Amino acid sequence: MNKPILELKNVQTLVNKGTANETMILKGINLQINPGDFITIVGTNGAGKSTLFNVIGGNLRADNGQILHNGKDITRTSEEDRTSFLARVFQDPKLGTAPRMTVAENMLLATKRGEHRHLVLRKLKQNMDRFTKLAATMNNGLENRMTTATGALSGGQRQALSFLIATLKRPDILLLDEHTAALDPHTSLNLLHATNERITKDHLTALMITHHLEDALTYGNRLIVLKDGQIKADFAGAEKQALTVDKLYQYFED
Amino acid sequence: MNLVVSAIGQGLLWALLGLGLYLTFRILDFCDMTVEGTFPLGAATAVTAITNGVSPLLATLLAVVAGMIAGLITGLLYTKGKIPSLLAGILTMTAIYSVNLRIMGKSNISLLGQPTLFNGALRDLPQYFDSVTLGFIVVVIITILMVLFLDTDYGQAFIATGDNPTMAKSLGIHTDKMVIVGLMISNGMVGLCGALIAQNNGYADINMGIGTIVIALASIIIGEVAFGELTLNQRLVAVTLGSIIYRIILLAVLQLGFSANDLNLISSIVLAICMMIPQFEQRLNIKKPILKGVRPHE
Repeated sequence: MNKPILELKNVQTLVNKGTANETMILKGINLQINPGDFITIVGTNGAGKSTLFNVIGGNLRADNGQILHNGKDITRTSEEDRTSFLARVFQDPKLGTAPRMTVAENMLLATKRGEHRHLVLRKLKQNMDRFTKLAATMNNGLENRMTTATGALSGGQRQALSFLIATLKRPDILLLDEHTAALDPHTSLNLLHATNERITKDHLTALMITHHLEDALTYGNRLIVLKDGQIKADFAGAEKQALTVDKLYQYFED
Repeated sequence: MNLVVSAIGQGLLWALLGLGLYLTFRILDFCDMTVEGTFPLGAATAVTAITNGVSPLLATLLAVVAGMIAGLITGLLYTKGKIPSLLAGILTMTAIYSVNLRIMGKSNISLLGQPTLFNGALRDLPQYFDSVTLGFIVVVIITILMVLFLDTDYGQAFIATGDNPTMAKSLGIHTDKMVIVGLMISNGMVGLCGALIAQNNGYADINMGIGTIVIALASIIIGEVAFGELTLNQRLVAVTLGSIIYRIILLAVLQLGFSANDLNLISSIVLAICMMIPQFEQRLNIKKPILKGVRPHE
């Protein structure tokens, strides 16, 4: 048995703390993520999927429970400091890239994810070949726009760049928050393929939220159903293979 | 001719204000009102130091430090105190007014008969060439330092902070620290500008900060209107040129018979017109390249 790369122990979060409207969003999440896991996460709106990512990402603090990275307690570690091992792609393509900086400049920023940045001249030219080759792996012409400001890219190219930025420096954990939801079906499929290829080839550990049950079944080695702030089901390996959309859909009814 | 040389000299000296504000207003996307207090703070610090026997160079450096402290305070109010940017700047600016009176002890101090950076080695230059020379040297040094800074890993993280704070954070950039550092550098430059202008004018006055933010924005916007789409480094040079153009516009207006008392009104009108140009461009469908640089900020 592998040691988990990330572990959540009875994680709870509250909103409107100390008021009459105090509500628990995550109601005690226990989750062990093993190295190489590619977990798809499904659940209704309000089930706590985004909250779960925010708690793992660190821009929301757990009110109870513990989060461990390689056995080390990171429950109180800041969002910025967690980026040394964690990367994230947001649903909105605008959130993942700096619009007035060029594609190459965005990628250069990503090479230093989670590191101290010093007063030394950046090395953009020296990295250009490498960045262009990486951009070409996205199969959407991004490699021809290396010196374009990202604000001028299409949503699909921008999101592909967000994905590249998140994976340029290998993260221990990759969080994909419905990262293809804002794209048209074709572009979305293209990015999903590229995502899957990259994760499988590099043996990345990733969590992907999706509303498409087919995608949740197609990709990954594990599938988690979140409901009402709790993990209702956790399918892995053969169990996940045997799962169908109909069976999965039953979790959404009541 | 003399008047034009004077306008160029003033434009060069005041360009520091525009360059300082460029870091916050354009790069960090932070409208920093602190400068209205920092500018006279720099003047008050330098002039008071000089009249107390401190060398003009050291006095000017003290003004830079004073400006940086003001920027630090606004930065802390904004990042740690969670006070909105505009209000944080206004709070610091208002507080500095009292600080300036404390520093100077009265509302106006003259530098008559005192050494300044302008009557040292530059003493033998023809009239107004002292401000052109010193202004040029300082602007060139500051611009080169800014270009180098923005081209470092640290500077790139600084740009990203203003461009997309969510993304910057997700790459581990400590955005709060970047905002504080940016405000400190920016206000340090504004303090420097105040110190130089006071030495050039020969006095420091408690009210000399009024309208400075408009003057700074005017240099930035005029530079953008006049030169259109530019790279970041070219934009920094455009700020200085914008500052000189602004002084020449003022000169022209004064020649029309307006008095120096009308300057703040004129400054505001010039800036308002420049900022409305994109609207006119849309309505009238003019597409001159000269208008390209003033698209509303994203």
